Amino acid sequence: MDPSRKRKIRLVVALTAAVLLASALIYTSFSASSEAKSPSQLMAGAQPGQSYQLTGKVANGSVRHEGSALLFRVRDRTDNTSVPVRYTGEVPDPFREGREVIVDVQKQGSVFVGQKDSLVTKCPSKFKAAHSS
Amino acid sequence: MAILGRACLIIALGLALYGAGASIYGARARKQAWVESGRRAVYAMFGVVAIAFVILIAAFIRSDFSFGVVVDHSSTTTPLFYRATAAWSSQEGSLLLWVFLLSAWSSLILFVLARKGKLREVAPYATAVLCGLGGFFLFCSIFLANPFGTLANPPLEGAGLNPLLRYPSMMIHPPALYSGYTLFTVPFAFGIGALVSGRLDASWITSTRRFALAAWFFLGLGILLGARWSYSELGWGGYWAWDPVENASLMPWLVGTAFLHSAMIQEKRGMLKVWNVSLVLAAGVLAVLGTFLVRSGILDSIHAFGASTLGVPFIVLIAVMALGSIGLVIWRRASLRSEHRLDSLFSREAIFLLNNLVLVGLCFVVFWGTFFPLISEAITGDKAAVGPPWFDRYTVPLALILVLLSGIGPVIAWRRATVSKLARYLAIPLAVGIAVPLLCLALGVGHHLEALLMFGIGAFSLTVVAQEFVRGAGARRAMTGDAPPAALLALVRRNRRRYGGYVVHAGMAVLFIGVAASSTFHNQRDARLSPGQTTKVGGYDVRYVKPTFSVADDHRNTGAIISLGAVLDVSKNGKHVTTLNPSRGYYPDLSQGPVSRFYQGESTSEVGLQAGLRRDLWTAIEPDTTQIDRLAAEADRKFPNATPQLSLFIAGTLAAGYARKPPPATFRVIDSPLVTWIWLGGLIVVAGALIALWPAGLRARRRAPAGYGARVARELGRA
Repeated sequence: MDPSRKRKIRLVVALTAAVLLASALIYTSFSASSEAKSPSQLMAGAQPGQSYQLTGKVANGSVRHEGSALLFRVRDRTDNTSVPVRYTGEVPDPFREGREVIVDVQKQGSVFVGQKDSLVTKCPSKFKAAHSS
Repeated sequence: MAILGRACLIIALGLALYGAGASIYGARARKQAWVESGRRAVYAMFGVVAIAFVILIAAFIRSDFSFGVVVDHSSTTTPLFYRATAAWSSQEGSLLLWVFLLSAWSSLILFVLARKGKLREVAPYATAVLCGLGGFFLFCSIFLANPFGTLANPPLEGAGLNPLLRYPSMMIHPPALYSGYTLFTVPFAFGIGALVSGRLDASWITSTRRFALAAWFFLGLGILLGARWSYSELGWGGYWAWDPVENASLMPWLVGTAFLHSAMIQEKRGMLKVWNVSLVLAAGVLAVLGTFLVRSGILDSIHAFGASTLGVPFIVLIAVMALGSIGLVIWRRASLRSEHRLDSLFSREAIFLLNNLVLVGLCFVVFWGTFFPLISEAITGDKAAVGPPWFDRYTVPLALILVLLSGIGPVIAWRRATVSKLARYLAIPLAVGIAVPLLCLALGVGHHLEALLMFGIGAFSLTVVAQEFVRGAGARRAMTGDAPPAALLALVRRNRRRYGGYVVHAGMAVLFIGVAASSTFHNQRDARLSPGQTTKVGGYDVRYVKPTFSVADDHRNTGAIISLGAVLDVSKNGKHVTTLNPSRGYYPDLSQGPVSRFYQGESTSEVGLQAGLRRDLWTAIEPDTTQIDRLAAEADRKFPNATPQLSLFIAGTLAAGYARKPPPATFRVIDSPLVTWIWLGGLIVVAGALIALWPAGLRARRRAPAGYGARVARELGRA
């Protein structure tokens, strides 16, 4: 076969494979993703059984243990709208009231149940303190 | 001293601007004096930035609370070792570290090239790029994240270093990562220099190759240390979470790996010029992108800094770097044509090309997953994120292909291979690669296809490397009559790059086997136990024997005043295996009441770990401090003006009370096989990279006489 024709066929095959793989990647990323929502957005319209990535701050005075489950409320960053979360699994060391958290949840009744080991707490020292000049 | 530090930064910015201008003018007007002046401006920039950096470190060590950044990130109670490292836990300090390392590497490459008289036409433009990057970070340091900001009324005590960062490898992890990032800007700058000057032969690659390898080495070391820190310190038992900041360091490393392979093709055969220069430019852009991800807070991450003022300037810089790179490659595309064509898909060039495609594919997967929240928000209006299962779906098969290629690459011939000879070289590795998973199945390891495939492919790759060393040493012995160890040493010394690379391949195979085993076959149990109770994990009985506590006994030297923990007895089939002592250290928060402050501050896990070649037993404890918190609050009310001694006494009494009548504690227990192989594999990779980086001696650099070369070729007779 003519070498230039051979090269063109190779290029077409390689590009087709790359396009197919990229399409699969893009399709699965949309179908496998969890929407990031604030507590007020979840309050407004969370569907039972659907996964969401809840982001906000741990409400003051809301943290308590119930057996191996951790119960707490996550509030909006800017106001006090909050949702109850029931979570089991690893709790990151920096977790505490007032801290920024991210947790994958599903609505079950009136509570949002956290997916095991999905709780992430932002590193506190990475925020500038107010008195820094 | 703060004024001196800030003055140094302003002078350095002036030097960066002058260096860029003088270099470009000298190159355009062909005035060597200006070019040399620009180069010396880089040396001077390094000098003044070094002074600024030393001033900042000294302020941390002296606990000089007139510096705002010291107040925010250190304290008098922070141990000295960690005070010295606290500088780069702050945004301001880490930017200064960036520009310090950048100016150091820039000075080094320019000094080496000037001494050797190499790349005279490329270096001025590269100098301008390096000065431009240095100028950008200095601008950020002076106007947006000033490390030398002072307080009118300095407090007596600072906030202290985040306890999570009080871990020995944190001394090395950020500088290693930043060294990797900044070193990648050196080949980036020379790539731009080559494109602008039109000197597009392989000489710029050859001259900066060692810097690209050093960048790859330091970035890999930083990633490894970060993983180890995560495993030992974060209390979740894992080492990789596909966090955006982890991903940020992985992306340039993957592209750098691709470049280190494809650069060989350009050096040997004059092929892949567009590809190589694109990889170098991409690695440079990704290095800055990685810094941007950490600094901007644009993506939710455990590491990310809060939203800062650095986002927009970084986006502008990245856009300029990316668009400028693309524009230059398009402009010079005619000069970047390959000197040769790919002769056969059955050749080393083709395997390297495939390896490159896999690595770039991996980088694209990581990029897409990392930035998906922004992409989805732009397309659908909703921010959405993908989790580890999505990353695993794509990275696992690509990693399998990568390890397989790392086994085939070393033995397949350049240009065109023959099946018969390749089969001869691969017969033993293939047999081992098939035997290992079968053996695992026979031993009842489990039926996880991906893990078994990785065991087989890893064993195949390891056997190839071992075979190459044996064959090479055998050939050497046949010629010189050396004893086997001497022949092996001489073999490596004569070709450090090649055999260092093989050691890296072996290390990666060991590392991937460890990742496959530990992620597939680990057993984990979260249990709430009272003393005397037992939980089962992977055939082990873990019994909570008794609680422990310590007050003002900081034997790990992390600054934790109080520690609550447990003694766990681990047994299997009734036989004692080991005793583990997980604990949790509590760091005081001076803004709380006199007694509560000992429990209401940060707390971190000190894991109980029994590490072994076959398996790790890992435990962490979360004590229930509800009762202590209540009693401490009561004590605050009763003794609002308690002296520090009395406060500590009461806090200690509460800890003793906890140990006398302990409430149930929550434990995480993990039985995980071959985790140690990950760290061992990483160390082997580090050793291989050091072998490849180590400068060859004068004798080894001399060309082998023709007769010697012919005999080596005969002995090694490739396909």
